[in-house]
Amino acid sequence: MEKIKKLTWREIPQARLAVWTLIAGEFVIFGGLIVMYILNRLKYESWGEMAQHTNVWAGTINTFVLLTSSYFVVKAHEAAVHKNKAQIKKWIWLTIVCAFMFLGIKSYEYTHEIMHGFTLPGKHLVAEGLGVESRYWSFYYTMTGLHGLHVIAGALALFFVMRNVTKTDKNYQRIEAAGLYWHMVDIIWIFLFPLIYLIH
Amino acid sequence: MNTHKKHGFWHRYFFSLDHKDIGFQYMLTIFFMVSIGGFFAYVFRMHLAFPDMKVPLFGLVTNKDYNMLITNHGLIMMMWLALGMLLAVAGNFLIPIMIGTDDMAFPKLNKISYWIFLLSVILMIASFFMPKGGLGVGWTLYPPLSVGDFGYNTPYKSFADRFFTANTFVLLAIAFEFTSLLMGGINFFVTTLNKRAKGMSLLKMPMVVWMINIANLLFMFSVGPLVAGTFMLLLDINVGTGFYDAYRGGDPLLWEHLFWFFGHPEVYVILLPPLGILAEIISVNSRKPLFGYKFILTLTLIAAVLSTMVWAHHQFVAGIDPRAATVFSIFTIIISLPFAGIILAYIATLWKGDLRFTLPMKWALGAVALFTLLGGFTGLHLGASVFDIYAHDTSFVVAHFHYTLFPTVIFGSFAAIYFWFSKFSGRKLNQTLGNLHFWLTFIFFNGFAFPLFLLGLAGQHRRIADYRQFEFLMQDPLPLYRKIATISAVILILSQFIFLFNFIWSLKRGKKETEDNPWQANTLEWQTSSPPPHGNFKVYPVVNYGPYEYNRPDKDKDFTPQNEI
Repeated sequence: MEKIKKLTWREIPQARLAVWTLIAGEFVIFGGLIVMYILNRLKYESWGEMAQHTNVWAGTINTFVLLTSSYFVVKAHEAAVHKNKAQIKKWIWLTIVCAFMFLGIKSYEYTHEIMHGFTLPGKHLVAEGLGVESRYWSFYYTMTGLHGLHVIAGALALFFVMRNVTKTDKNYQRIEAAGLYWHMVDIIWIFLFPLIYLIH
Repeated sequence: MNTHKKHGFWHRYFFSLDHKDIGFQYMLTIFFMVSIGGFFAYVFRMHLAFPDMKVPLFGLVTNKDYNMLITNHGLIMMMWLALGMLLAVAGNFLIPIMIGTDDMAFPKLNKISYWIFLLSVILMIASFFMPKGGLGVGWTLYPPLSVGDFGYNTPYKSFADRFFTANTFVLLAIAFEFTSLLMGGINFFVTTLNKRAKGMSLLKMPMVVWMINIANLLFMFSVGPLVAGTFMLLLDINVGTGFYDAYRGGDPLLWEHLFWFFGHPEVYVILLPPLGILAEIISVNSRKPLFGYKFILTLTLIAAVLSTMVWAHHQFVAGIDPRAATVFSIFTIIISLPFAGIILAYIATLWKGDLRFTLPMKWALGAVALFTLLGGFTGLHLGASVFDIYAHDTSFVVAHFHYTLFPTVIFGSFAAIYFWFSKFSGRKLNQTLGNLHFWLTFIFFNGFAFPLFLLGLAGQHRRIADYRQFEFLMQDPLPLYRKIATISAVILILSQFIFLFNFIWSLKRGKKETEDNPWQANTLEWQTSSPPPHGNFKVYPVVNYGPYEYNRPDKDKDFTPQNEI
């Protein structure tokens, strides 16, 4: 094991510092949403019944897909350290494929839920007098939807960084920055999955 | 080092990557927004003093107009003037050059931040021209009023009917503005930590750089939940969700919590950069080291932490638990202590100093005096829930608010402009016009805001357009107070034209600044030419001294530039 050197502020690469700051900002945004969701969840027991209508299997598979993609990103980072362009390409494409799988499975879930009347405004539920319960689905779609947008953003960032690196043969540190962002997308899902799917 | 090249108009004002040019772009955009906000203030003040009068340049003010005017005056001044001027403009102009580097860490990101800011300005202006008119729900955008008639039990409305409303556009404008400021904040933070000149340790940074960065981090921490909340309010309006809909178990109070969890730290976000600017100006003009650099820094950090625990003092009458109200009262009163400490440190800096009453110094002293004596002092009263419940939503609150924000935001910005103008433009502002501008602003600001205290205690409500139904508000001397306030406000607004003329004229025709360091200051921006070249320094400075080492006994002159050997 080589000894890890402690960096001073000036020695930290700019991209890494910027992405960590961005991640801090994103965590406050999702943190706000999650706190609001938890407070509501504690207040309304009936939200547990609504949670049973989510597809736990799809959620579990998606969790594995994202965790695997995080492994791929780490491999891409390792390739970037060795400036191995072919390897970078391979691992980043695998990550992007995982992102598409995640979004595909999520769309399948959304389709099923919408077909059963669990929509974002939840008009059917309100009409049945289940106004409180309709807000579970509002939170569900807002949180997972916002997370989905981050998945798309992360995949796009990885794609453009990879193209830039393989074309210009420089900026290898950007792989690490985009990878950090991808890990954040993963970690947010790790928070959302038990909160939304598993607690009944 | 980059070579300095003259760029054309489009290149300079739209595609420049230089931090000084981008700062100037922000500044011009904000001047434009302020002129709108100021015009709105003029119209509704005239209406309040002289009801039924056709206000020149506007016409008769209906109740609906009044609501729209106060809402947009508040939003523009808080969101675009205060946040924009003190985070974006001050950060862009000052941070890179004061820490001795050529530009921001990410110049392209900086440019994109400005474009998003411009987009938010366009959306805000567009909201005035929506089919149903401008937004008139108060600048705090409380639901259910801000959700409007889009709630659950109204007849179906098409998406276009919901989207093309002032509610949607204002919320989008705010969301884009936050995005822009967050991107700028990341840029400032990385620049400060990563690009400091050689030898500039964190504790050798000028106070204003510290303050802007602490303000940015505080902004980043407090705005997150409101970003999510804005998104939810947009969904409530446009899609029909029920996040704030009490019928579905939603909570209108939730918005108030989210808004003020941002809104109260926000007043410290916009207070800290002016405090930093005042630290620079007071230290230079009293030829003394800033009293207690680390002391001020510690107090600022304490205040930043405390400021996230006081938000519910805006909601004492919103039906929160009285026990919680007590807790928030206590924290609110405690938070005045660190700021009292900072102000005392400034006064200690003045103590036995070799004072120079230059123009920026006058603005700085004016800001300290008004902010402390009337703004901060009435804040203590309003912080206590017992008094706040009595004074709530009266013009006492308006007066308190203007006495805290006007001295810091406006006086602080003017102090900074009069201080740094010659450095960044290479020309001097006219001093006679500057003095006239200062005294008119100082006198008529007091003439405008002080009567509002008395009116507020007499019961004048801030959001009632036609108060004539209340007989007690028609008794002498209250109409006289209203007239004094209004006439002062009009003169206050008119006297800003002196500044505008001075600014534009001096930019083109002003006397050339011959010295690099006219104030004999220590910080690095004064050690390069005026105006600085593209890339700021011909030779990158190496820092050996702290920013405030005035009157060192071992030196002949009374200042020691930070990069002196």
